[in-house]
Amino acid sequence: MATEAPGRNANLLEVRGLTKLFGELRANDGIDLKVKPSEIHALLGENGAGKSTLVKILFGSLKPTSGQILWKSQPVDISSPAQARAIGIGMVFQHFSLFEALTVAENIALSMDQAVSLDNVSEQAAVLSREYGLPLDPKAHVADLSVGERQRIEIVRTLLQNPELIILDEPTSVLTPQEADKLFETLAQIRSEGRSVLYISHRLEEVQRICDWATVLRHGKRVAACDPGSETPATLAKMMVGSEVKQVARPTDFDPGQVMIETRQLTTVSRSPFSVALKAVDLEVRAGEILCIAGVAGNGQSELFDVLSGEELVANPADIRMLGTDVGRKDISERRLLGSGFVPEERRGHAAVASMSLSENMVLARHASDATAFLTGGPLKIIRYEAALDASERVIKAMDVRKTGPDPDASSLSGGNLQKFIVGRELDRRPAVMVVNQPTWGVDAGAARRIRQALIDLAKTGSAVIVISQDLDEIFEVATSVAVINEGRLTPAEPVASMTLERIGLLMGGIHGNTLEEDDDLELEAAHAR
Amino acid sequence: MRVELERRPQHSALFSAVSPFIALALTVIAGAVLFSAMGKNPLDALFSFFIEPLTEVWSLHELAIKAAPLILIAVGLSVCFRSNNWNIGAEGQFIIGAVSGSLLPIMFHEWDSVLVLPIMLIMGAIGGALYAAIPALLKTRFNTNEILSSLMLVYVAQLFLDWIVRGPWRNPEGFNFPESREFDPEAVLPELVPASGRADLGIVFAVVAALLTWFMLSYMLRGFRITVLGQSARAGRFAGFSATGMVFFAFIFSGALAGFAGISEVSGSIEQLQPVISPGYGFTAIIVAFLGRLNPLGIIAAGLVLALTYLGGEAAQISIGLSDKIARVFQGLLLFFVLACDTLIHYRVHIRRSEQSELAGEGT
Amino acid sequence: MESVALAEAILLTITTASTPLLLAAMGELVAERSGVLNLGVEGMIIIGAVVAFVGAFTTGNPYIGVLCGAVAGCLFSLLFGFMTLTLVTNQVATGLALTILGLGLSGMIGESFVGRAGVQLEPIAVPVLSGLPLLGPLIFNQDLLFYLSILGVVGVGWFLFRTRLGLQLRAIGDNHGSAHALGISVIKTRYCAVMFGGICAGLAGAQLSLVYTPQWVENMSAGRGWIALALVVFASWRPLRVLAGAYLFGTVTIGQLHAQALGFAIPSQFLTALPYLATIVVLVLISRNRRLTLTNTPASLGQAFVPDR
Repeated sequence: MATEAPGRNANLLEVRGLTKLFGELRANDGIDLKVKPSEIHALLGENGAGKSTLVKILFGSLKPTSGQILWKSQPVDISSPAQARAIGIGMVFQHFSLFEALTVAENIALSMDQAVSLDNVSEQAAVLSREYGLPLDPKAHVADLSVGERQRIEIVRTLLQNPELIILDEPTSVLTPQEADKLFETLAQIRSEGRSVLYISHRLEEVQRICDWATVLRHGKRVAACDPGSETPATLAKMMVGSEVKQVARPTDFDPGQVMIETRQLTTVSRSPFSVALKAVDLEVRAGEILCIAGVAGNGQSELFDVLSGEELVANPADIRMLGTDVGRKDISERRLLGSGFVPEERRGHAAVASMSLSENMVLARHASDATAFLTGGPLKIIRYEAALDASERVIKAMDVRKTGPDPDASSLSGGNLQKFIVGRELDRRPAVMVVNQPTWGVDAGAARRIRQALIDLAKTGSAVIVISQDLDEIFEVATSVAVINEGRLTPAEPVASMTLERIGLLMGGIHGNTLEEDDDLELEAAHAR
Repeated sequence: MRVELERRPQHSALFSAVSPFIALALTVIAGAVLFSAMGKNPLDALFSFFIEPLTEVWSLHELAIKAAPLILIAVGLSVCFRSNNWNIGAEGQFIIGAVSGSLLPIMFHEWDSVLVLPIMLIMGAIGGALYAAIPALLKTRFNTNEILSSLMLVYVAQLFLDWIVRGPWRNPEGFNFPESREFDPEAVLPELVPASGRADLGIVFAVVAALLTWFMLSYMLRGFRITVLGQSARAGRFAGFSATGMVFFAFIFSGALAGFAGISEVSGSIEQLQPVISPGYGFTAIIVAFLGRLNPLGIIAAGLVLALTYLGGEAAQISIGLSDKIARVFQGLLLFFVLACDTLIHYRVHIRRSEQSELAGEGT
Repeated sequence: MESVALAEAILLTITTASTPLLLAAMGELVAERSGVLNLGVEGMIIIGAVVAFVGAFTTGNPYIGVLCGAVAGCLFSLLFGFMTLTLVTNQVATGLALTILGLGLSGMIGESFVGRAGVQLEPIAVPVLSGLPLLGPLIFNQDLLFYLSILGVVGVGWFLFRTRLGLQLRAIGDNHGSAHALGISVIKTRYCAVMFGGICAGLAGAQLSLVYTPQWVENMSAGRGWIALALVVFASWRPLRVLAGAYLFGTVTIGQLHAQALGFAIPSQFLTALPYLATIVVLVLISRNRRLTLTNTPASLGQAFVPDR
């Protein structure tokens, strides 16, 4: 399968037998990779396949255990990011390596290896951003910028190095489809200048659309190299996962039952300079329904989760109604006692304490709802760890959680397995209302499928489910209805059948652009609609 | 040469258990080096520092007297530190506890009742708890750093004690010495075995407090709550535990124990108020808490070890003419070694001489 | 004329009382800007004080004393750096350990020097400028450490906000993971910042035992290290505000001394407690504005960093 495309020049970058060990784990195992000049080269693979490790080695942030890197046919030893930049490799990180407290110009200056005055940097950045159509204000503080703007900084500062190879790590995972389209235009322009792009992604559709060649990784090994254009999504997916990907059994038509959870004009103030205020959020989820809330990260998703779960209380009790009770002033334990379950976005340090065992993490979320099973009566409230251990074993079995040892620390589980445990911990109680934030973020395909199926099955039994997600594929897999959150505002929910990718994208981007007049128009329209 | 750390997937149970002992051994070695540098025979010096105080019964009593406040305070601090509340003002809470407990035997010394002592102890605990509630209030209400506020209150408490024994509470029959009236017998903590030494009920209180706190931390939901909020405030919130409530609980609990230790110390071994009533117990207890790995049972042992450094300092001064200040040096070194050895619990330590060669890998 | 002389004398004592706070706080500011919370300032000051005193006393040269103090503070900070940066121990606990060790070790080193008359660090008059009325004696006829403290604050401000290294240091304090990914050496920079903090604290100690009261008294730092830590918070991690804060506290300290001398009917202990109480009040006032503290605090302050390799 790994034949070279004919008629091309020598490779810009060639990797031979690259291996990286973390303790016993073979994160990269004898990987070969060839990138040609003027090529957009996809690096495909599931979460945990070793993509990030490979590019970190190419960018000099990690040292390989063995293997060889050839740059323009010369062996090189890339020992630091500075050296990578010096030979012509630039990188745009997945979780942006930006400094919130600093300005755009300062952020750019930091990635330049020669000392350049800030004015000079601003000037160069301004020229580049005009050339590539990536508008930026050099004096703005990064903390005030949107995700899309932050990515522009990353790209501009990489371009300033005048690199011959640009590495992009999952660049579209945080963008709206429209923003992604703009990014693709920029990438095409970069290619037309004779530069190459190493494009890391697990999204097959966009890889097929923009990439000239693809290398596929699985479990740290290179399993295939191909022209993605001549493959189908199914064949690419099979290469990535190693077997046929089972489709999630889609929810069939459902009879909407009674309203299980609703909010009325829910409004909050932002608690910190980095958080978003919710603005008059109305939502309503009925039994059997799965409402998916789409949106670009940082538009109020965690704030919405916090008030729905009761981690943060709201002023007016009637603003949130759950299972027939006003719960605005009831805390998370009281809401659990009513019959609801919650799964927050962060696994370690929010949904679970990393340094505690799984059974202790069972007590963490269920000491109130399962008080009779997990605690002795009376004022001492002694924890019955054997009961918690039983429950934890039950969940591990039900969700097929892979673990080492009898009752290991949460920190020793992989992201996917820990997430299965955390979701299973709630499902085990059969909650009537379930609120989940980013259920499969950074989770491998197998675990993601299992979690999505479990949510669908829960709804089938008559529970109301809210899934807050950035992953549009996931939304179309599980949702019965979709709403979009943008800057703390939630659009009215619509049946998934009437939703298109384009429409969600527009809504995610703030519907009518960013200007004030248009925003006013929106208000007017909303008023008319009422 | 470079030291590199590699995070263990699961914390090492082995090193959790042995790290305090490695730290103690390293401290003894460092002590031997220090003694040699000062021109003393290290074996003799170590003997008179660490062994001699344990060879006589009266001296064991002194050990119990010194260990009692250390254990009481450190048990309280273990709850604070586990819940990630940095109360380092226990010295101040100790003093305020002593002052508020002494209110009764000094202001109302005519009152003669078996109730005097229990009321004194309770008042001491309340005084310490209220004083500790100040940094808790400032932290929860105004977001004020509790490390700095609790520490500043130590200086305030010391000055307050200084003022009260030189001013309003100065002994009217005391020839103008800066000290309070001596406590009447009913206000004095009874001695355990008066025939053989001075040790009083304080050590019994300390052990009981440690056992009860250990039970709470190991078995009760309250203890679970302390650990969760200390590990991750966010996860604690998800579990429905109140972080604000925990700040108050931790400070008031540790303040009460420190205050109780203060009044026990004054009532048991000093029997009056003086301008200085503590050789830094409140700070030494921080070391005790860490050496005991924030586990109340470990703290009982650690309290005895640190009490020994106080006695050893005095003994070494008498027998081989060493400065008694060396005790504090030992205490400081011990804390360093304890913290350094704790690294072994969560990390594998590799010492590399060059890029390739690995000199020594510790741990499994 | 007499009142001018009195005012001058008072102002002079204020600069003397403020200089150690300024030195120590300035060093800690740099360390904290790089993301390291060193609570051992008190320990570094006291060890600097005793070593500076002994150095000056045995050689008779106060400048050797100053050098000794700086070296001692630096060595102590290196110990802290090794623990927290190389062995990633808890920064709070390690800072406390440094303070405990410093107080103990200084007591031992200084034991035989208690009550000995020390060597005073004499003022150096700046030619011409020292002749200016009022300002002359106040600013241009001072000792080396005063000049260092003022130049230091200006220099730190310039370094942090006008140089590439300063930008890198602030970047590390904001997000050490990103800084590492960009290839900035987090650990090395932090070692330098911590050592700068140690040198400054050592100089602060030297000022106490060579200028403020030229003798050795046990525990003579009297909580100044902790006040310096509070000053950094008060100053929102900005050098010029540290200058203002240090002089504010110097004024409070001197004010209470004068109040004691004037024999106010307030017990001296209460006046002595004033700087400590003022610290708490100032901390409350500054930190009650959560938004302000959140945006100003270096985001990685106090957090352990272990790089992937």
